[in-house]
Amino acid sequence: MSDLHQTPLHALHLSLGAKMVPFAGYDMPVQYPMGVLQEHQHTRTKAGLFDVSHMGQVRVTGADYTSAAAALERLIPVDILDLAENRQRYGFFTNAAGGIRDDLMLANRGDHAFIVVNAACKADDIAYMQAELTDVSVTEITDRALLALQGPAAEAVLSTLDPRAADMRFMDVATLTLAGAECWVSRSGYTGEDGYEISVPADEAVALAEALLAHDDVAPIGLGARDSLRLEAGLCLYGHDIDAGTNPAEAALGWAIQKVRRAGGARAGGFVGAEVILPALSEGVARKRVGLLPQGRAPMREGVPLFASEDAATPVGTITSGGFGPTVGAPVAMGYLPTDLSATGTTVWGELRGKRLPLTVAAMPFTPANFKR
Amino acid sequence: MKYTEEHEWLRPEDDLIVVGITEHATTQLGDIVFVELPEVGATVTKDDEIVVIESVKAASDILAPLDGEIVEVNTALADNPSLANEDAIGDGWFFKIKPSDPSQMDEYMDEAAYNAMIA
Repeated sequence: MSDLHQTPLHALHLSLGAKMVPFAGYDMPVQYPMGVLQEHQHTRTKAGLFDVSHMGQVRVTGADYTSAAAALERLIPVDILDLAENRQRYGFFTNAAGGIRDDLMLANRGDHAFIVVNAACKADDIAYMQAELTDVSVTEITDRALLALQGPAAEAVLSTLDPRAADMRFMDVATLTLAGAECWVSRSGYTGEDGYEISVPADEAVALAEALLAHDDVAPIGLGARDSLRLEAGLCLYGHDIDAGTNPAEAALGWAIQKVRRAGGARAGGFVGAEVILPALSEGVARKRVGLLPQGRAPMREGVPLFASEDAATPVGTITSGGFGPTVGAPVAMGYLPTDLSATGTTVWGELRGKRLPLTVAAMPFTPANFKR
Repeated sequence: MKYTEEHEWLRPEDDLIVVGITEHATTQLGDIVFVELPEVGATVTKDDEIVVIESVKAASDILAPLDGEIVEVNTALADNPSLANEDAIGDGWFFKIKPSDPSQMDEYMDEAAYNAMIA
């Protein structure tokens, strides 16, 4: 335990009664005394405060934003050059085999690009960018915490600290002054709810968290509910639903690759793995990530094999994330199936404790997204 | 009332034994979202895995604490698994078993011994 990293909010988590677990090298809160189910519901109905300081915050600086963006487009297949100032978008690093190295959020901050990457991948991501992008400067920001405030009450709560929060639209980025701290705020998150992600100087993070928690509508939320919230929202967890062997087309993430980077676009290709990914997008793939609703009450989790019929001998796919969906009120899952079994409404069978149980292929998100567009 | 090392409680009720899991166990498991109960009428052997509990975290098995026949299961728990969290030693009971060898009860802990084990 002693070699685990701690976020600037570690002592606050302990004082709030969190149950701590190791996650991606950090000692993180998995739940608070409220419990996972209620934390989930609280986030969907009011607002939840998440410590996501374990994630990597990275600044990429060139002569100007355009030069930083042009460099990043060699590693990331999304439209970074045309991203407007103070706007953010989802993306991922790809590999030569057309797989996904990591997924990320990227913002145009005027004179640089600001990137947030997964905790488990951040050291690799930064070393990779530094090795591949010698024409720009890649710097990990280690003196800031990262908080997420998510849920329908998030706007009203954050506006009490800085009214400009209410003017932001989904995926806008702004510098706000929150509880006296200069914060880099984006209107985004990973729960399917409206909300904000807030980069705050490490030494001011506790004061900001306490100011947010002082609102009746805000409760601290652990990694347990973060997982069930993102699963209901149909969002991928890197290392589970997507990994180095997943083509973005298989992962149903083609939407993140804008036309300008695709075959026939003004800047088609030019990124690692383009020769594999672009044909997959235009010609189709053999397997696809789908939403799955178990027809019974038994949750089916990661690793459950999927079969085309109740008595088929060999599996055709696997569940990559699954559990109970508190808002849905039933188990939910996602996984990979052959494309010919991926249509909504198709019945497949999962093998659980030696029994074959039916699941229905379903559209995601399982709960309607609640973004402020 | 007797307790097993697997955190089950066993409460005699006439010639039956009512079985559930302790509050300590439900606290450790977290929110329970699914319970699969045995069939009424099933003949079970001590240490058979006869109940599956799924919490928000993981699945766990509950073992038959005694040889015997399952004579009743708590269908309310199947419909509302959170009863196990809300009232572990009351409405959250799992099943009633008619033991074929009531002396098997003797090997289990009393409350003081169980409390010492979880302390």
